[in-house]
Amino acid sequence: MAGLVPILLALLLAPLLLGVINRTKAFFAGRQGAPVWQPYHDLRRLLGKGAVYSRTTTWVFVAGPVVGLASVLAALSLLPLGGQPAFLSFTGDLVLMVCLLGLMRFVTVLAALDTGSSFEGMGASREVTFSALAEPPLFLALAILARKTGSLSLTGILGAIDHGLWLQAGPMLLLVATALFVIFLAENARIPVDDPNTHLELTMIHEVMVLDHSGPDFAMILYGAALKLWLLGALVVGILVPAGSPWYVGWPAAVGGLVLVAVLTGVVESTIARLRMHKVPQLLVGSLILALLAMVLGAR
Amino acid sequence: MTAASLILATVALPLLGGILGRLLGFHSWLARWTAGLAGAAGGLAGLALAGELLWQGGRAAFEWPWFDTGYTLALAVDPLSAFFLLPISLLSAVTAVYGASYLGASHGGGHSPAAGSPHGADPVNPANVGLFAGFLQAGMALVLLAQDGLGFLVAWEVMSLAAFFIIALDDAQAENRAAAWIYLVASHIGAAFLLFFFLYLGMRAGDFSFEALAGLALSDRARRALTLAAVIGFGAKAGFVPLHVWLPDAHPAAPSHISALMSGAMTKTGIYGLLRALTLVGLPGRPAAAALIGLGLVSGILGIVMANAQRDLKRLLAYSTVENLGIVALGLGVGLWGAATGQTVVAVLGLAGALVHVLNHALAKGLLFLAAGVLVQATGTRQLDRLGGLLKRMPGVAGSALTGAVAIAGLPPLNGFLGEFLIFLAAFTGLVSRHGESTVPLTLAIMGLALIGGLAAACFARVFGIAFLGEPRTAEAAEAAPPEAPMALAMALLAVGCVVALLGVAWSLPVLGRVVTTVLRLNPLEIELELLKAGVLLRAVIAGGGLLVVLAGFLAVVRHQLLAGREVGETPTWDCGYAAPTPRMSYTGSSFAQPLNDLFGAVRGGGEERPRLAGLFPATARFASRPGDACVERFYEPVFRRVETFFQSWRWVQSGRVQAYVLYIALTLLFLLGWNLW
Repeated sequence: MAGLVPILLALLLAPLLLGVINRTKAFFAGRQGAPVWQPYHDLRRLLGKGAVYSRTTTWVFVAGPVVGLASVLAALSLLPLGGQPAFLSFTGDLVLMVCLLGLMRFVTVLAALDTGSSFEGMGASREVTFSALAEPPLFLALAILARKTGSLSLTGILGAIDHGLWLQAGPMLLLVATALFVIFLAENARIPVDDPNTHLELTMIHEVMVLDHSGPDFAMILYGAALKLWLLGALVVGILVPAGSPWYVGWPAAVGGLVLVAVLTGVVESTIARLRMHKVPQLLVGSLILALLAMVLGAR
Repeated sequence: MTAASLILATVALPLLGGILGRLLGFHSWLARWTAGLAGAAGGLAGLALAGELLWQGGRAAFEWPWFDTGYTLALAVDPLSAFFLLPISLLSAVTAVYGASYLGASHGGGHSPAAGSPHGADPVNPANVGLFAGFLQAGMALVLLAQDGLGFLVAWEVMSLAAFFIIALDDAQAENRAAAWIYLVASHIGAAFLLFFFLYLGMRAGDFSFEALAGLALSDRARRALTLAAVIGFGAKAGFVPLHVWLPDAHPAAPSHISALMSGAMTKTGIYGLLRALTLVGLPGRPAAAALIGLGLVSGILGIVMANAQRDLKRLLAYSTVENLGIVALGLGVGLWGAATGQTVVAVLGLAGALVHVLNHALAKGLLFLAAGVLVQATGTRQLDRLGGLLKRMPGVAGSALTGAVAIAGLPPLNGFLGEFLIFLAAFTGLVSRHGESTVPLTLAIMGLALIGGLAAACFARVFGIAFLGEPRTAEAAEAAPPEAPMALAMALLAVGCVVALLGVAWSLPVLGRVVTTVLRLNPLEIELELLKAGVLLRAVIAGGGLLVVLAGFLAVVRHQLLAGREVGETPTWDCGYAAPTPRMSYTGSSFAQPLNDLFGAVRGGGEERPRLAGLFPATARFASRPGDACVERFYEPVFRRVETFFQSWRWVQSGRVQAYVLYIALTLLFLLGWNLW
């Protein structure tokens, strides 16, 4: 049942990452900022509320958050942590994981279109555009890792990235991790792709898609987003923190790594301006090129 | 029933039903249901035949000495044709039932070109559609059953021409005539290559039967030329870019159930033909396999990019067919690459992925075209931007369409994901084996498939979201009526088919072993072993999907419990405080697709008409954009314009004077006389 630990850690600690990011941003802005536990309070408050639905919406709008959260939870069951195996692991599970995230996006987009609002349509349109472009670098990065480690499951891949591999192919791993970090920022609607704090609907991507959700539905969306942040962050951390240590080192190291990734995200958000919408594809192609460079380095 | 009588029923029932239906043309209901039920019965016979052959193995044959000509009509089913018979029969049966109802309600099929324009002045007789649908169905079955080159070519023509006549039936509209014409030309350019393919082989073998053709020893050059001819000839039917141009014109022109049949089933005969051709001339080497991967990538990416740009629902679905056949070609390419480099696993997985995708695409695309037919009938338009809010008007249709959309976007937990998963797995496996030369083609395959997947999800989120969700954008959409029971039933059947295919593929993947063995000619046990292993992985995928479904159910219950007894309010959608929003202001499909269209503007064709604004108070201006096809605009139009100019310069030959023609005859006779003497 050791496979359940990564899931439990994610379920318990994912909102913390959001808190850490916000705390880091507050530090850079010279504010005191909300406590790192604030996202938990938000979730608890939302879960305790009633809900308001638009008259335009149908069951698709209700199904969006439910299926979205279920997809990211199912994807989490495939995620190894700290070099320890995932709950479910089989050859090719990386394809299933990426496509489950795709399903999460698909239902979120449908729920957004169900409101009939132009704002939400706009956000949905941007989301599908940028995520379609993020898909090739993500798969390429995973393909490079699979080729280097000779394994086709996430558990096998991340379990094989140890000190030896770092000594042998350090630069390549660093490039892949960088490419994955860019995808992590884009997929989680962070600066420089999207600004989670923006207050103008016209400039939002992810936030504007969920404008009409409220109460428990919105809690599920927030929680799903936190879990997705954890999931993609764990991939980055899985490369950067070498595997091969026992569980009592591996898991704390991975959680520590994730907190550091959250801090790094906060630093990026505080120091970099958001890109103009039509520059975002260039960023994503940039991550593709990083991954291609890694492939060339790893081809030796 | 014996296999021979099943073969006979598969071919003869739709033909007889079509002809009888035409004879009963004086009574619409009788005509439609005679053709429809006979088509359904023929489809069921085909299903039984395919099922028996696939699961029991072996070969069923039916032979008939063709009167006293010395030619024996031989129809037989081997595992390869049985596999393709499965989706084609199923779709034929379902569309026949749908069509019987659809044609009755709409008084003709492919009308309603653009919103607002009146229906064709001279409605299409449903009995005629039934007649040609019968021929199309029988033609497709014959293509799969033919066991010799000549029979294959004749069957191919029956199928192609039947489709031509259906497209051309509603000839009151110029665009339908143009569509039929383009289809005929594209189809016969393809057929010319097939003629070369079979005649060359037949000449060398002295006999046209597939057995004799397969036994030929060919030089490498001949094999390369024949493979190229097969890829072009069959690729024109399958709709590989740049031979896809007939699809987006032909599908909107045909009645929707025939579009479903053409897109879901007829294009697959191209894939069948390609595989059959490979069994005759042998597997190609690395360059050809890499070229097929490239062809698949180009078809897949361009297909979905152009699909995303379309506003006409049926054109969009047609381009999506180009994309999906591209994925099939990609799978075949990866498989053949595996075979050429001696990597059995890659070969088996790639080929199996392509075959599974053939099946899944037939189900999902058939379903979506039938749904498009319902929308056309209910709202009188094919324009996506004039629909909206239809989920509330027709929940059943929306549920089926959503199933089709998720399946065709290749998302878990539905069947569309399985084929793509197998192709991904094949490419990843080849990459991990660290066979040096495989790196570039297989990496490209992985990246391309990833991009196609992302774009397909975007495209079908748009289709479903704009058509069925939100507010109705026109009065027609607001008052749309749900379809008749047989149509809804047909769609529900295909939606259930998607789920059955999901489980069926995962649990009976080794059945494909016989099909793969026909093409690859490797050790059947080894192939079966690989398929058994892949089947385990597919079941793991389904376990993941099952987990998803269970979790979603659990969360839905949790949400329900949380909200029980609390205040649940209703408001208008958040509109930033604007007081009087109208449905016309909601986001359109064109706006939704605009970022992707801009991004891929260079490769997708089409154009814009931008107003030039000047001064502080510019006058009323107009903006228009039109989706296009880069292949047509940059290749076919210039080429055919030149061809036309060339032939125009020879028009004086046809002077219209009798004397001139007498002179031509005399000159020809003189020439022939000289030829004979010399």
